[in-house]
Amino acid sequence: MTRRTGMEIAFAAAEAVALCKPDVVAAYPITPNTHIPEHLSDIVADGRIDADFICVESEHSALSACCGASAAGARTFTATSSQGLLFMAEVMPIVSAMRLPVVMAIGNRALSAPINIWNDHSDIMSQRDTGWISVFASNGQEVVDMVIQGFKIAEHRDVLLPLNINLDGFQLTHVVEPMLFPDQEEVERFLPEYKPYATVHPDRVVSMGTLGMPEIFNEAMKAKDMGLINSKKVILEVWREWEEQFGRKHEPIEAYRTEGANVLLLTVGSMGETAEVAIDELRDRKMPAGLLKLKLWRPFPLEELRKAVKGAKVLAVMDRAVSCGGSAGPVCAEVKSALYGEPGCPVIVNYIIGLGGRDVTAEDFIQIVEKAAKADKEKPKEAYEIYGVRGS
Amino acid sequence: MTNKKRPETWQEVNLGCMVFSPGNASEYHTGSWRDRRPVYDNSKCIKCGICYIFCPEGCISQDADGYFVADLDYCKGCGICAHECWPGAITMLQEG
Repeated sequence: MTRRTGMEIAFAAAEAVALCKPDVVAAYPITPNTHIPEHLSDIVADGRIDADFICVESEHSALSACCGASAAGARTFTATSSQGLLFMAEVMPIVSAMRLPVVMAIGNRALSAPINIWNDHSDIMSQRDTGWISVFASNGQEVVDMVIQGFKIAEHRDVLLPLNINLDGFQLTHVVEPMLFPDQEEVERFLPEYKPYATVHPDRVVSMGTLGMPEIFNEAMKAKDMGLINSKKVILEVWREWEEQFGRKHEPIEAYRTEGANVLLLTVGSMGETAEVAIDELRDRKMPAGLLKLKLWRPFPLEELRKAVKGAKVLAVMDRAVSCGGSAGPVCAEVKSALYGEPGCPVIVNYIIGLGGRDVTAEDFIQIVEKAAKADKEKPKEAYEIYGVRGS
Repeated sequence: MTNKKRPETWQEVNLGCMVFSPGNASEYHTGSWRDRRPVYDNSKCIKCGICYIFCPEGCISQDADGYFVADLDYCKGCGICAHECWPGAITMLQEG
């Protein structure tokens, strides 16, 4: 039976992983994701799950160990943050190209320097193009849901790709929230046993991660890209199954009070919850503003976005990372590219907010909406604005 | 799980570029990269096998009489064998 339990979200992520009975967990601690593998190591040590917890010497080794374990047919999990994810970077595109369904939680944190342990999205944005399925949670319940869904999506025969679940460092990882946990039986009904496509085994010889010459590389990359693009069908299918079994709906882009909205905010991650408060306040003031929460980052939900922005005059895209020297933040650049040439495309403005743990309040979003509302009359001078930065 | 030599289209690429025919690297004859070939003077050869040990391609083998020969289908002509052969039994001959 499903039970409601109050718990730190990082611990809840570990509990959700345990419900999926992984065979191998390899991780190296780095704030703010540390409590996830720490709690998993407790669960393994207490004998609650029959898994190997590999204490590695680095994140590079953590993902390499997961890569090897997954190739051997194990259900594998890892977690990291910030520089840890960057240390995994070399292995990231290898895991996806080898079509190994490793699941990873990323407690999103700013990249150094200056050293900063707090939240923003510069870590995952640096790994955007590595071929992983990438989802963003906006609260603890979504973390629990996305972990369990994650294994099912990643291991699906029509997908076979690694998947990362992004949860904002501290704002989510260290917050205590009451969450619904399905019981073991319910999880097993939802999540089938992992049946690998091929495994490295002496009796059934297969080579993985071999040399690809120029005459095959285009085709190999196209196949990988199409694997990720086609995974969307399965993601939507798994989310529908989830809703049927557990009653909680998940969508690539979640719309909040968007009826008749002139101005739309688009957020990623936990700031979406704060933005809801701002939208309620603005609606009380009869300001037609709405909110789009982007949950599915890769594969990018192009059609859903085009549909969701229809009718809006201004779209204000929130980014939690800077693409230094670029034309927009990473999310906004993606959004602009997706909407380019679309008839009736709204004016798109970009605010970079909440870098390195800087507080993001409902009042910030109210001011952003009020500012953005003028953008269809008067174009902002700069392509993007780091909101709240001191100095003019 | 096909063992095609080279996929014609991206749809034919094996999942994850997996290779189900082990050892198929031998189908690729790297000897065409060579610009010099090793030539053995067996009158100087002492059958020590140092050329066999050092060959990075693993293309040198011992014949029935105990002398060594390089398989020119795979020899890339690096010349390490000639460099290591201390009796000087191997010389590198420019390919025509």
